[in-house]
Amino acid sequence: MPSDNTATARDNWTELLVRIAEHRDQSAFAALFRHFGPRVRSYLMKSGASPTMAEEAMQEAMAAVWHKAHLFNPTKASATTWIFTVARNKRIDAIRQQKRPEPEELPWAMSETPEQEEEVARMEESKLLAEAIGKLPERQQKLIRLAYFGEMSHSEIAADTGLPIGTIKSRIRLGLERLRYEMSTKTV
Amino acid sequence: MTMTVKHHLTEPLLMAYAAGTLPEAFDLVVASHVSLCDSCRAAVEGFEALGGAVLEDMTEDLDLSDASLEATMALIAAGPAEEPAPIAVRDPVLPGPLVQYVGGGLDAVKWRSLGRGVKQAILPTGSDEATARLLYIPAGMAMPEHGHGGMELTLVLQGAFADEDDRFARGDVEIGTEDMEHTPVAEMGADCICLAATTAPLQFKGLVPRMLQPIFRI
Repeated sequence: MPSDNTATARDNWTELLVRIAEHRDQSAFAALFRHFGPRVRSYLMKSGASPTMAEEAMQEAMAAVWHKAHLFNPTKASATTWIFTVARNKRIDAIRQQKRPEPEELPWAMSETPEQEEEVARMEESKLLAEAIGKLPERQQKLIRLAYFGEMSHSEIAADTGLPIGTIKSRIRLGLERLRYEMSTKTV
Repeated sequence: MTMTVKHHLTEPLLMAYAAGTLPEAFDLVVASHVSLCDSCRAAVEGFEALGGAVLEDMTEDLDLSDASLEATMALIAAGPAEEPAPIAVRDPVLPGPLVQYVGGGLDAVKWRSLGRGVKQAILPTGSDEATARLLYIPAGMAMPEHGHGGMELTLVLQGAFADEDDRFARGDVEIGTEDMEHTPVAEMGADCICLAATTAPLQFKGLVPRMLQPIFRI
């Protein structure tokens, strides 16, 4: 979570992404870039890219963050999670040279939960996850990273990470059920 | 739409999909299943949040030059990378991700006959680690008995099939492994349509199907 910026009520990274989406704010992008650029590049290098290729792919991924910022939905994912998905897709495209089939979109915009509350919840979840990873034994932390760097086959990945992902899953599951209920009552 | 999915993907497969480390053919099965299954969708989003935490935690090689930001601003000024517009067809049988690979709905599938009414269509996935295909099995028809040379994921899209142990209907995924031999039979009623991804060519036991393998790439 943000350590090199002052904390505000709204997640800093979320705020910056919204400013990029709504105002094409270059200074917001520069701040976001200084934090995530090196992390995305490091992630790409760990995933098998040479330093030159990782730098190039990172620049493309961060440019995609700018161009796709309007697709970011802070009630659905934290800024960190969303930027991870953009970096992951770049990794699949540039390193694995594959396309990425994405699931059908759901009409999330219809959710009636107050947005501010949802945003804070996403931010809290990301923070809790990051803290929980830090508390795991070093060996287990390493296994989780290896799974994300593509250094393990799916059969080597442990199903139970020992992390509070179950809570996030239950929350999303409940949200989907509520959404489907709302949609069914509205179309009757 | 309420789905009653009974056979789900495993957590390691969902995590590998969120991490982006699966062959494209398997990604296609996961994306299609997730389109029909809320609990697996929730799991993928949970594993994406974990990916975010891994990204946030990167500690090595974090130095950054000013030239890097300048180069990125130049990329931005050059405009977004061209991406083909998604095909906006809604199909009652094919979930969204499959519509993109088929290039339309079920009527756009280019089937090739395998004999006895069984048909297949190989889908254009980029990598050669695994192959994705749509299978069409007439109601009541048995698939030729086969063992697996690797892993196989079969997602039911229409109708249902049953093997020695279980029944699989729309939304269900059967996960076949190397040591498994089975004889799935399509149920009576609607013809069965499945999406199957395999890491290695299926090994058919019957003589004729084996001779046909090189021709049909099954």
